[in-house]
Amino acid sequence: MVKVYIPLDMAAVAMGADKLTAAVAQEAAARGETVEIVRNGSRGMLWLEPLIEVETPAGRVGYGPAKVKDVASLFDAGFLAGGAHLLNIGIVDEHPWMKKQNRVTFVRCGVIDPLSVAEYEAHEGFKGLTRAFEIGPAAVVEEVTKSGLRGRGGAGFPTGIKWKTVADCPPGQKYVVVNADEGDSGTFADRMIMEGDPLSLIEGMLICGYAVGASKGYVYLRSEYPIVAKVFQAAIEKALEAGWLGKNIKGSGFDFDVELRIGAGAYVCGEETSLLESLEGKRGIVRAKPPLPAHVGLFGKPTVINNVLSMATIPMIMEKGAKHYADLGVGRSRGTMPLQIAGNVKYGGLFETDFGIPLGVVVNEIGGGTRSGRPVRAVQVGGPLGAYVPVSLFDLPIDYEAFAAKDSLIGHGGLVVFDDTVDMSWMARFGMEFCAIESCGKCTPCRLGSTRGVETIDKIRNGMDVDANIELLKDLCHTMKFGSLCALGGFAPYPVESALRHFPEDFRKPALEAAE
Amino acid sequence: MRNVRTEREEMSGAAQYSDERAREIIAAHMGLEGPAMPILHALQKEFGYVPDAAVKEMAEALNISRAEMHGVVTFYHDFHRAPHGRHTLKICRAESCQSMGAERQARAFLDKLKLDWGGTTPDGALSVEPVYCLGLCAHSPSALYDGEPIGRVDAEMLDEIAAEARD
Repeated sequence: MVKVYIPLDMAAVAMGADKLTAAVAQEAAARGETVEIVRNGSRGMLWLEPLIEVETPAGRVGYGPAKVKDVASLFDAGFLAGGAHLLNIGIVDEHPWMKKQNRVTFVRCGVIDPLSVAEYEAHEGFKGLTRAFEIGPAAVVEEVTKSGLRGRGGAGFPTGIKWKTVADCPPGQKYVVVNADEGDSGTFADRMIMEGDPLSLIEGMLICGYAVGASKGYVYLRSEYPIVAKVFQAAIEKALEAGWLGKNIKGSGFDFDVELRIGAGAYVCGEETSLLESLEGKRGIVRAKPPLPAHVGLFGKPTVINNVLSMATIPMIMEKGAKHYADLGVGRSRGTMPLQIAGNVKYGGLFETDFGIPLGVVVNEIGGGTRSGRPVRAVQVGGPLGAYVPVSLFDLPIDYEAFAAKDSLIGHGGLVVFDDTVDMSWMARFGMEFCAIESCGKCTPCRLGSTRGVETIDKIRNGMDVDANIELLKDLCHTMKFGSLCALGGFAPYPVESALRHFPEDFRKPALEAAE
Repeated sequence: MRNVRTEREEMSGAAQYSDERAREIIAAHMGLEGPAMPILHALQKEFGYVPDAAVKEMAEALNISRAEMHGVVTFYHDFHRAPHGRHTLKICRAESCQSMGAERQARAFLDKLKLDWGGTTPDGALSVEPVYCLGLCAHSPSALYDGEPIGRVDAEMLDEIAAEARD
């Protein structure tokens, strides 16, 4: 019996992985070959999806990107024994893209069967939780604090401090909430981990619940990820069956349940207080802080709310110890960052590496430059609220503080590459338009500012009083940045200001735009 | 007892609305903490949209005003307040897809169908909605057709979808 891996990952499915799986099964049956097809997560080499992997004595051999039409020739080439074929990429673990990474959070993603508790355990799964049970809740909080882990959702807030705040609240009903509302364009790390290694997220939630004294966890997932919903729900059931969820988990006396909730297309619900409102069944209107969710969170109870990646990294920190994690990275950016390389790029995918790698290396060397073959002009880092970074700043290291010093942000680690055909005044306009569409409407700078922003950029694009309107736009950005209640209105100016600063020529093409 | 379905609703898999069925769906979720979102998803799954009558039932069950309930339904892009096309195509227009020319491509497709974003073809076959990121950003432009993800969408694929929806 030969083991063949074909990802169930949404990106792989978008490129035909389901049809490919059926074709491989059919062809194997027709040829009398016995194969076991495992639907794994993606390895992150997304330009190679769907990537078929075959288990051989030398290791797992990859073939990709494989289409249904390639299946017969793959069998002819003896791919079940790792045979030579045009699509053969060699041993997957030896691929330069994999070798250059330091996989910490994504160590199991793509490797194991995501819905096998036994395989998860065989790959160090639940060792972190077991150790947590041994050292006790207070020591767990201490360990997470020492690791230097910062929230991977975007704000980079120290995770340990959040946990300590909730742990210090008097005993009673508390909640663990995972923010899986990954709405930033150019990001897919949460999706990949939830499809490829969902049990790591469940284990992280268990450790968190144990540390802070919560017995219930919610995962708020965006509705745009239908495959995640299926896989994660199945993972919850597998964990329950295996006794890793429910009452008195593995004899520890600790009870914990996880429930999956689906959002409904509102980007602002990725903001933590808006997310809590939505979970409660209300409009996703942002709450003023304080009180912090750690004190007054879901249903008014103390609540830890963490991003998927932060939570999925916890098991490894607990298993290997805080020091192991803290030794990675630079400055105050400790550990690793799963970078998501996207947009107009040759080799798009997920690349997990220590903090400190220069942006240009990620885009040009790892990403291979643009897919269109034209010169790179800009990279938007950190999603729709992130700045457009020009090529002249490509020596910037991936580091929260270094980016902040250049009025930019790393956010959730998404990089969207644009070639020289991009019109930056249009992208700035889109940034404002997106904010107008997604604004929750609670605060005026965001609700009205975004619409006024669109109008003002339209005037600039039409060549009307360009200088005066650019000044007005800058002033508007300033008001939104400092007057908005949350990061949606507060950060929407970043793409606009960065476009104005680094690409001023795109806002001064009156003859061209006025003609349209 | 199930209600008789109209031909169109049969094709889209949506059931005809009845207060009784809405109440059943609502009751099935009342054990949850904060049940509104799961109920709304379940109602839309059953009826293809969230009818005003169901909103009234929800408000009663959750003991909140109808205005408040209306506010919740209308806040979220996903919930439809009127019957939708039999098929739904969500085309991504976020930055990553724009870097690969998605905006121009989508505009041309909409113009061909004589639709604007959020519109439904006159035969009720296809609704075309914008979506802001599907997490398929290494395969831009991307789309979601009746829940099925599609990467590297081109004009030809969009035309095929429009034709298939009509069948």
